[in-house]
Amino acid sequence: MDPALHPALPTALPKQPDFLTAPLTLTSSKRVINDFLTWFGDLGIFFWQVVHAAVTPPFEFHELFLQLDDIGSKSLPLVALAGAATGVVLSLEARYSLTRFGAKSLLPAAIVFSVIHETGPIITGLVVSGRVGAGIGAELASMKVTEQIDAIEASAVNPYRLLAATRILACVVMLPLLTLAADVSGLFMGWVTQALVEPLSLHQFINSGFKSATFNDFLPPTFKTAVFGLIIGLIACFQGMRTEGGAAGVGRAATSSVVLSSLFVILADVVLVKLILIFFP
Amino acid sequence: MDTATLDQAATKQEQAEKDGNAPVIAVVDLHKSFGTQKVLNGISLSVKRGETLAVLGRSGTGKSVLLRLIIGLEKPDLGSILLHGQDISGLALDQKGEIRKKMGFLFQHAALYDSLTVEQNVAFPLQHHKREMTKSERGDRVHQLLAEVGMEAAVAKMPSDISGGMQKRVGLARALALEPDILLLDEPTAGLDPISSGEIDDLVLKLQQEHHMASVVVTHDLHSAKTIADRLALLNQGSVVIEGSFEELQKSDIEFVREFLKHS
Repeated sequence: MDPALHPALPTALPKQPDFLTAPLTLTSSKRVINDFLTWFGDLGIFFWQVVHAAVTPPFEFHELFLQLDDIGSKSLPLVALAGAATGVVLSLEARYSLTRFGAKSLLPAAIVFSVIHETGPIITGLVVSGRVGAGIGAELASMKVTEQIDAIEASAVNPYRLLAATRILACVVMLPLLTLAADVSGLFMGWVTQALVEPLSLHQFINSGFKSATFNDFLPPTFKTAVFGLIIGLIACFQGMRTEGGAAGVGRAATSSVVLSSLFVILADVVLVKLILIFFP
Repeated sequence: MDTATLDQAATKQEQAEKDGNAPVIAVVDLHKSFGTQKVLNGISLSVKRGETLAVLGRSGTGKSVLLRLIIGLEKPDLGSILLHGQDISGLALDQKGEIRKKMGFLFQHAALYDSLTVEQNVAFPLQHHKREMTKSERGDRVHQLLAEVGMEAAVAKMPSDISGGMQKRVGLARALALEPDILLLDEPTAGLDPISSGEIDDLVLKLQQEHHMASVVVTHDLHSAKTIADRLALLNQGSVVIEGSFEELQKSDIEFVREFLKHS
């Protein structure tokens, strides 16, 4: 509820998860755990409402296409640049380490495996959580505090369907595609870095790098980013749509969207890497 | 109940509303609290077809909350809200959506979508609920609505490029897009200069006469309420202190009513 509607009421507590900012002392730890569980429960209810809205007609295809463009194509340059920079760093580091241990011939394979297994997906997840997470969080929070989300609901349009489901689905679809872009630019710049030091054709680099790679090395790590997309979209929409407290609330929603989505992307990666190693040895 | 019985009941209700025997909006013993703060304390009100009820009161007495409860943006703690004889309190979001298609809501600050132009704002409900309309039909309807509120010259402008009064006019056009039979106006003249306030009052009056809606106007502007409303209800501390015509309010010897009228 907008406190501006009720000047006589005490200012509503901002709906930001306190576990982000509360100092971890023994006395406060119980409250922090309680806050976290409450936040997590609310997130679960929100997710259920979004899923229910997403699978029931009418479907908001027009808004979905807009979000696919906004989240996908507009993140592409940033993701490609981050992937390229990672490729260069990996190439330099790997060259130094492998030369030191006399395994320079493994250089292309080391770069390829590092990029497609881990650095490509995680860099994409973190870059998108920064750009898209903040964007969605701030946009929806601003709509919430200016009653635009209420206006959507008052117009008999389900805001979970129009705003949340479309953005979350766009994140889920676009993350694996953006990961491909990060992988390609990372590998390309990894090769460029090597080629600048000693002659090595792209053909040789690819052949040598992918010699022992299988689809299991490529597909599961790429598609795990769909889970990152779900996390980023879900948390950013959730934080945005529950914002209270004017401009300060919008700022808090943007910050917490980025912090929480990045944190949960990293935590999810730990679980997903283990699962991939189990199911796709 | 089967569909035939429900249809029969709906037809009966519609006829009763037309004859003026049944209210379109009926609020019965409504209670609402936020935390420990009691905002509404057993409010009962009703509005018939073609009638305008102005809800007056000091800031923070729950006037806006009442409107938000009627359109279902808030849930009551106790009591019922009957729209066309149907209790909306326990309905799910999509079920509420069906009822909201017959309702128009003007927010206090207009709440226009800031990423859409004036034209797109007014077209928004039509795009979502009149999917059978062609683009040109929709365009014609939007221009007709904007002409009704005197905003046809601002079709391509963004909400941030027009004044507060103009935003309210556009908000009103958007609220009327689906030809509602219930109109809820939250402080339509708040923050406007006297001339703009007068223009909005005249506009609301004109639209009310043309469309015969059941309207609830929340305001603290007594002059505006006197101009556009058939009945007035004065709220204090979450309860209706008095309900009646402006003349009845003037004749009242309740201290709060006298105090309110003196300072308005």
